[in-house]
Amino acid sequence: MEYLILFLPLIGAIISGFFGNKIGDRSSEILTSLFTTTAAILSIIIFYNVIFKGYENNIVLFKWIYSGTLDVNWSIKIDALSSVMLVVVTFVSSLVHIYSIGYMSHDPNKPRFMCYLSLFTFSMLALVTADNFLQLFFGWEGVGLCSYLLIGFWFKKETANNAAIKAFLVNRVGDFGLALGVFLIFYYFGTVNFDVVFDQIPQIDKTSINFLGVNFNAVDLICLLLFIGAMGKSAQIFLHTWLPDAMEGPTPVSALIHAATMVTAGVFLVVRCSPIYEYSELILAFITIIGMTTAIFAASIALVQDDIKKIIAYSTCSQLGYMFFAAGVGAYNVAMFHLFTHAFFKALLFLGSGSVIHSFKDEQNINFMGGVWKKLPVTYSLMIVGTLALTGFPFLSGFYSKDAIIESAYLSGSNVGYYAATIGILTALLTSIYSWRLIFKTFHGTYENKDIKIDEIHESPLVMIVPLFILALGAIGSGYSFKELFIGYNSSTNFWGNSIFFLEPLSQNHPPKWFILLTPILVVLTIPFSFILFVKNKDFLTNFISTNQPLYQFLKNKWYFDELYDFLFVRFFKFIGKFFWKKIDGAVIDKFGPDGISNVIKFLSNKAVKFQTGYVYQYAFVMLIGFSILLTILIVK
Amino acid sequence: MNIPILSSLILLPTIGAIFIFFSRSKNEKYNSSKYVALFITIANFFLSIYLWLIFDQSTSDFQFVETREWIPGFINYKVGVDGISILFIILTTFITPICVISVNKTIKSRLKDFLISILLLETLMIGVFCSLDLVIFYLFFEGGLIPMFLIIGIWGGERRVYSAFKFFLFTLLGSVLMLVAIISIYWLTGTTDVEKLYEIGIDAKYQNLLWLAFFSSFAVKTPMWPVHTWLPDAHVEAPTAGSVILAAILLKMAGYGFIRFSIGLFPIGSEYFVPLVYILSLIAIIYTSLVALMQEDMKKLIAYSSVAHMGFVTLGIFTITQQGLEGSIFQMVSHGLVSAALFLCVGVVYERMHTRLIKDYGGLVSIMPKYAIVFMIFALGSLSLPGTSGFIGEFLILMGAFKKNFLVATVASVGVILGAAYILWLYKRVIFGKIKNQEVTKMLDLNKHEILILWSLAVPIIFFGFYPEPLINTMEVSINNLIDTYNSNLSNNIVMSK
Repeated sequence: MEYLILFLPLIGAIISGFFGNKIGDRSSEILTSLFTTTAAILSIIIFYNVIFKGYENNIVLFKWIYSGTLDVNWSIKIDALSSVMLVVVTFVSSLVHIYSIGYMSHDPNKPRFMCYLSLFTFSMLALVTADNFLQLFFGWEGVGLCSYLLIGFWFKKETANNAAIKAFLVNRVGDFGLALGVFLIFYYFGTVNFDVVFDQIPQIDKTSINFLGVNFNAVDLICLLLFIGAMGKSAQIFLHTWLPDAMEGPTPVSALIHAATMVTAGVFLVVRCSPIYEYSELILAFITIIGMTTAIFAASIALVQDDIKKIIAYSTCSQLGYMFFAAGVGAYNVAMFHLFTHAFFKALLFLGSGSVIHSFKDEQNINFMGGVWKKLPVTYSLMIVGTLALTGFPFLSGFYSKDAIIESAYLSGSNVGYYAATIGILTALLTSIYSWRLIFKTFHGTYENKDIKIDEIHESPLVMIVPLFILALGAIGSGYSFKELFIGYNSSTNFWGNSIFFLEPLSQNHPPKWFILLTPILVVLTIPFSFILFVKNKDFLTNFISTNQPLYQFLKNKWYFDELYDFLFVRFFKFIGKFFWKKIDGAVIDKFGPDGISNVIKFLSNKAVKFQTGYVYQYAFVMLIGFSILLTILIVK
Repeated sequence: MNIPILSSLILLPTIGAIFIFFSRSKNEKYNSSKYVALFITIANFFLSIYLWLIFDQSTSDFQFVETREWIPGFINYKVGVDGISILFIILTTFITPICVISVNKTIKSRLKDFLISILLLETLMIGVFCSLDLVIFYLFFEGGLIPMFLIIGIWGGERRVYSAFKFFLFTLLGSVLMLVAIISIYWLTGTTDVEKLYEIGIDAKYQNLLWLAFFSSFAVKTPMWPVHTWLPDAHVEAPTAGSVILAAILLKMAGYGFIRFSIGLFPIGSEYFVPLVYILSLIAIIYTSLVALMQEDMKKLIAYSSVAHMGFVTLGIFTITQQGLEGSIFQMVSHGLVSAALFLCVGVVYERMHTRLIKDYGGLVSIMPKYAIVFMIFALGSLSLPGTSGFIGEFLILMGAFKKNFLVATVASVGVILGAAYILWLYKRVIFGKIKNQEVTKMLDLNKHEILILWSLAVPIIFFGFYPEPLINTMEVSINNLIDTYNSNLSNNIVMSK
């Protein structure tokens, strides 16, 4: 069964990639969708077995790399953690496959698209089922590659190509950290297998290490380096710049890769490595700070963006920040819970916005939409469901997971925790505002599009609506149904077992009542508030913007990160590269090296030529002088 | 068994060359000499595979050793293989037939002479990898210069003479010092037999000088910074087949030389100069990656990337750890495949458009989809994506380096980021984007020959990425033994000096 889950998507990818032209568009679409759906059903069966029978397994496929003490296998590791990821990945992936049949119906390269999607699914599965850091790294870079290919899928768009490269390179910076972390683990333990490493972590608890001139605690350093990898993949602040640009790819890709699965790999990594992180308070605090900073930073940018997908992308960034600060305060299970519910409602929002974009014939700017909720009733109502779930409206999925995060931050009892809880509530408020802004500007108010007549707007085909509907069910129910399992009092023993390690048992306390009620009340109140702000009384907002231009521009330009990086890295490296090439290779090495030598030789031989005068008396004279010098030397001796 | 299998491997291409030389072919177009060359090289490839099959992986001793007296009491013709050299032999016999197939259209004049050069070159290259006598090694090593010099000088591009001489000048200068060192080794020990030299060792006080002499030759061939500037010029001017051999095999002779001679014969010298190699390797990795980023000529870009990748190799070798050394050898084999493939890819479009400038291309994916796929695989191999052979080599090297020195490994890892930058940017500018140049639309996708040779390189790149065991198994025992000997030599020396 595990084999099928892992390899069905790969087989699908190979068939539609290499034989797509022979078997036709339709067959490759059906084949890949069928394969991933089968994988999804099997994953759910495994998940069921894990929940009720405590099923665990570690299948070794074959040897991969071994060298000295390094011994790495290709493997499929099934435990509670990976079974959750299996369900998330295959479930969303199969829906996205099906949805793509409708969304990409006008595209000439369907088999290629399906191939990439399936290949991505395979890499992601290889990542989550790894039993060692190296296979995880394989999946890690593999999903990065697929992300690169899919962002640049519309290869004629210059912006798409640039975004693809940017995504790959920024991720590589993160991978650089991850790789160093793996090297360091290998340095200490001589192995990279999870179980062995996790068992031995307490042994190096107090070891200190000098790394690049700075003294670190060894565990801290490992955690920090691994976390840099997680920051890259999960688009945390400083390494987030690729995610908004990644929206250049087709929308189903954004839903699958840049919302539900790949970007959560960083969270998965931290949770998987909980046995390491639990010994590093310092880095956990660091993760909390990075997480909450990202949460509020991305939410602040999302407030003013006009591209429907970019808003959701920043929202994803912000929600990932939530997951990280949950992990940072030690509530790994809560982080996983939010990851789980987020996959449903964020994929729903993306696919919903895809449906909107599809209806508007590839228009993405929400300023050119509006007033179409009657035209797109199904999409509209499903998007509302997604928004409610995202903002944490009571009793929808986001409510359970997000509030649990804020509560566990509060309960952690540290200063960082209180601070994180405050930021968390503030971010929840912002989340609610930008989400409703999106809904109101897209579906309410007046129709603003000049290119397309309002009558041409029509609902998307059934093949796109059905996946939305299934995701909506998840967005509504996944919180309530799985709450006990993921974050209940006994979840760590009943469900997570060995897959998540808690150094201290989970807190059983409750935060005060007012605290629990605060977030939901705020979230509910923002709905009418946003309605007034974005539909009824737009003048207020326009005035506010014009009086606060610097702030508005700062947010609009995404805190100027892109400009800064362009100046610091892109231009700098290009300049240095050119300098090395022209000035050092050309003007120094070659000039004094080979060209220099050949010039010297030419010069000398020109001189030497002049000796050959051809006059016998000159030769005789030289001989005479030489002979006398020789004679003198002999005599003196 | 008494068949001299190594000598057969060495001599078979020469016999082919002689055969072609004496064969008459009036018609330049339908030249049967190509088929002769192809037959010979493929036969040689199968012979080397047979050698691999009967090779005993459980011992680090030299196998299939043949000794013949050449100059009595002075030089013996002695050849043999161990787990390290056999991989290079197979790489050589694998790449050569691919070169022969690739000359299909590229070589317009004097095809016969070209094939003879390639075949002679194969003899010399195999000779390098199995000689067990310093003088024999030197002869093969330097002999390789001549056919390569001719290949660049006769069949090269516009500035071929300048490049050929630059190539010759650089490599020869290094080699002279190595010759002096070999002679002095003979004076010191009375033998040039590598196996014997391993046993008796070389006096510690001469090791540093001798190491430097060998190093000067190998550093040029690798090439290491700052003596790398001949390589981009040589590649740019060389015909495709020449570039392929140069990048895939000739550069590897130096890496092999480092392992077999620098580390094997001069452990004390090696240990002393480790910092020097680290620094030069790091400069090579970072510096040439940045230079590669700015190149406008595809071949130059790939040439510079070769310097960077070979920087990893030298770094890995001188970590003298199991991971570092195995990674280096793996990286050499992998780079042999990847760089050969990348040069062939440039050759494919060069034949159609007669330009190597990146800006003349763009949007090829819609015109040549098959080409786009294989090129992508090779680009991924070059940026060492997990699942390709490039990853295994580089990752092992970095692991080994990390054991020895954090700073070195960290800086080298930055090279992995840069490696992705230049190759993806190249790919984007050539393959993706809108079609800017209308000439591009007339290009044809890969023909059968090209599909055959490119896929026969792509398959092993992926296969060894997922299943590197055959290669690692082969070299493991020899590497183990090498490191053990190295360490015991070092500790003996420390004891003696006390």
